[in-house]
Amino acid sequence: MLDTSQIETHTLSVLVDNEPGVLARVVGLFSGRGYNIESLTVSEVDNEKKTSRISVVTSGTPMVIEQIKKLLERQVPVHQVRDLTLTVAHVERELALVKIINSGNRRIEALRVADSFRARTLDSTLDSFVFEVTGNSSKVSAFVELMRSLGDIEVARTGVCGITRGNQLDLS
Amino acid sequence: MSQTKQNKTKSAPVMMEGAEVILKVLEDQGVDVIFGYPGGAVLPIYDAIFRNNKIRHVLVRHEQAAVHAAEGYARSTGKVGVVLVTSGPGATNAVTGLTDALMDSVPIICLSGQVPSHLIGSDAFQEADTSGITRPCTKYNYLVKKSADLQANLEEAFHVARTGRPGPVIIDLPKDIQLLDAPYNEADTVMPKRYQPQTQPDAKLVKKVVSMMKKAKKPVIYAGGGIINSGTDASTSLRELVSQTGWPTTLTLMGLGAVDASDQHFLGMLGMHGTYEANMTMHDCDFMLNVGARFDDRVTGNLMHFSPNSVKVHADIDASSIDKVVKVDVGIVSDANAFLQALLAEMKAQSFTPDQKSLKGWWAKINEWRSRNCLKYTQKGDVIKPQHAIERLYQMTHGKDIYVTTEVGQHQMWAAQYFKFHEPNRWMTSGGLGTMGYGLPAAVGTQLAHPDSLVIDISGEASFLMNMQELSTISQYRLPVKIFILNNEWMGMVRQWQELNHGSRYSESYTASLPDFVKLAETFGMKGLRAQTTAQLDDVISEMLAYDGPVIVDCMVEKEENCFPMIPSGAAHNDMILGPEDEASKTVSDEGKILV
Repeated sequence: MLDTSQIETHTLSVLVDNEPGVLARVVGLFSGRGYNIESLTVSEVDNEKKTSRISVVTSGTPMVIEQIKKLLERQVPVHQVRDLTLTVAHVERELALVKIINSGNRRIEALRVADSFRARTLDSTLDSFVFEVTGNSSKVSAFVELMRSLGDIEVARTGVCGITRGNQLDLS
Repeated sequence: MSQTKQNKTKSAPVMMEGAEVILKVLEDQGVDVIFGYPGGAVLPIYDAIFRNNKIRHVLVRHEQAAVHAAEGYARSTGKVGVVLVTSGPGATNAVTGLTDALMDSVPIICLSGQVPSHLIGSDAFQEADTSGITRPCTKYNYLVKKSADLQANLEEAFHVARTGRPGPVIIDLPKDIQLLDAPYNEADTVMPKRYQPQTQPDAKLVKKVVSMMKKAKKPVIYAGGGIINSGTDASTSLRELVSQTGWPTTLTLMGLGAVDASDQHFLGMLGMHGTYEANMTMHDCDFMLNVGARFDDRVTGNLMHFSPNSVKVHADIDASSIDKVVKVDVGIVSDANAFLQALLAEMKAQSFTPDQKSLKGWWAKINEWRSRNCLKYTQKGDVIKPQHAIERLYQMTHGKDIYVTTEVGQHQMWAAQYFKFHEPNRWMTSGGLGTMGYGLPAAVGTQLAHPDSLVIDISGEASFLMNMQELSTISQYRLPVKIFILNNEWMGMVRQWQELNHGSRYSESYTASLPDFVKLAETFGMKGLRAQTTAQLDDVISEMLAYDGPVIVDCMVEKEENCFPMIPSGAAHNDMILGPEDEASKTVSDEGKILV
């Protein structure tokens, strides 16, 4: 009867009322029950309806993931919960800002790598760059690791946000 | 959360003081009693209560008790219980009660005062982050920031508290919001748009359940608090189902009374201190129909060995209760009565008849288990056995219009085992949270809702001490509550676990320095009685029942009696300790010892 199945990682897209405490409610639900949050992004998406979309990447056994979705769905300010990983074709993107400090050949190599990852240069000094890179999480991670080997770095990542493919609007 | 969320038929709103709006909404929602305790941050509401003559305010002596009283009121009537507390300590004291109501799905509205808006965040006197503190222990909470939202917030709060799986909702009210004028629309019974949980079952699944029921050879019906919360009609429907199927039926602690305990199909409560026959039936069944119960750990015992060979159907109003701990074959999200009604209709449509031949054999097996007479005990000598005390209390009150509340511990389990409930809403106990001190204030709320009924708090001496300040409330309102204390001078259940799991090292579980309960009663203007021997027991119960007012009975019972039967922690349904003679042969596994 015990759940001994494999741990899976899922991206959930949650449309909520943008009201005070809603993020704390969602985050508290995870921490209070010992569930993982691997990444979390949230921002208002409809100023008129006052709704926000929370994209959360979580991991657990299929039974736990189901439980998380049901617990989210029963919250008063939650309009819809969509399991992007499980149910539909979707795209996911993450953005990272990477500051690298280096010089000489390593500086030239950093620019080359940035170019091949289609990263944009947002800021430059004689011994530093700030790059902006966008992609799925593994691409962003790969870029960060390459930069790490080319100098001293500092990283800011947005976490994953996702949306379904196709010509259907998901949410009212 | 603007007012556009409410599809109210708009008349011109009337402006009035916020506190007045609050009371207006309470009146609109049919509230007739509030349990509360005043303080600086709710004085405007108390001023409005002073001017109001429709809503009765009951002054408790501690905010935790206010919530438990409201729970007793709610569970015994099916209505929403309302609480009013001040900011800071008022709100934090209410937290235990709110958590209790959340675990047991009791509809509660708690109004809490808050420091004025401009002082929030400044560590003002009696300021606490009430919405932060209560977020995980309520179904939903509000901090009212704009007077324009006041009415809509309150109305939605009632809707949330009573809709779907009921629960507590707190509304934090800054003092300026209470004082400033706010718009009030004469209510035209509006349904808030938000929060519309599913309450009707999927017809296809109901069809499927009936076809599965036809194949059942060793069925069991396992029902719980969802039946009680759904309303008395759900109990009627459940009884209809039991009588049409002739199936064995067991109830959880929270469901007692949903089926008449004297019905021959009723196996008694199941779980850790449930009956042998109920647990064996659950273990050996091939078809389990769970309506409104949540596979609580106190019910299932060891999940690895829980009812290993059964097909399981689970109907629950809370989708997140389905497949939470036990994976079921069919899960149906529905209100209990809506499901039972649909099931009964579908059984008729499919001309369901139970498999009588198999059922006969199944009942023969169950009756064998029953014949073990797992609740037997030996009453010999002068010292009162607690089981005997409850049995006599039940027998001597049988047929009366009675409500029973309990605290938490051995006495609670003995009450569940030996007191028979014939109707729903008659039994108020803290199941999920297990809150000692619940029963006395719950009896206050129950008695206020049913002033002419007999209300008994079956108590233990340790639990009683946790909220005994409510004797003052009982005294003030002349509530004829009967407090029946099973006094064994121990935190009995703690002592029992220490005996079974910790080598009888009774660490800090002796209740030393007990008061003289008879004199205690007298200081509050109540009647105090004491039963020390079996010979005195019946006379004391008679005297208690005959007295037209509150009574404390100090019923001194066998000190080291254990509560049996028992599934030791970590064990399975078919591995029960039946009684003291069985105790030595069963030891608790190391795995079991870490469980609570």
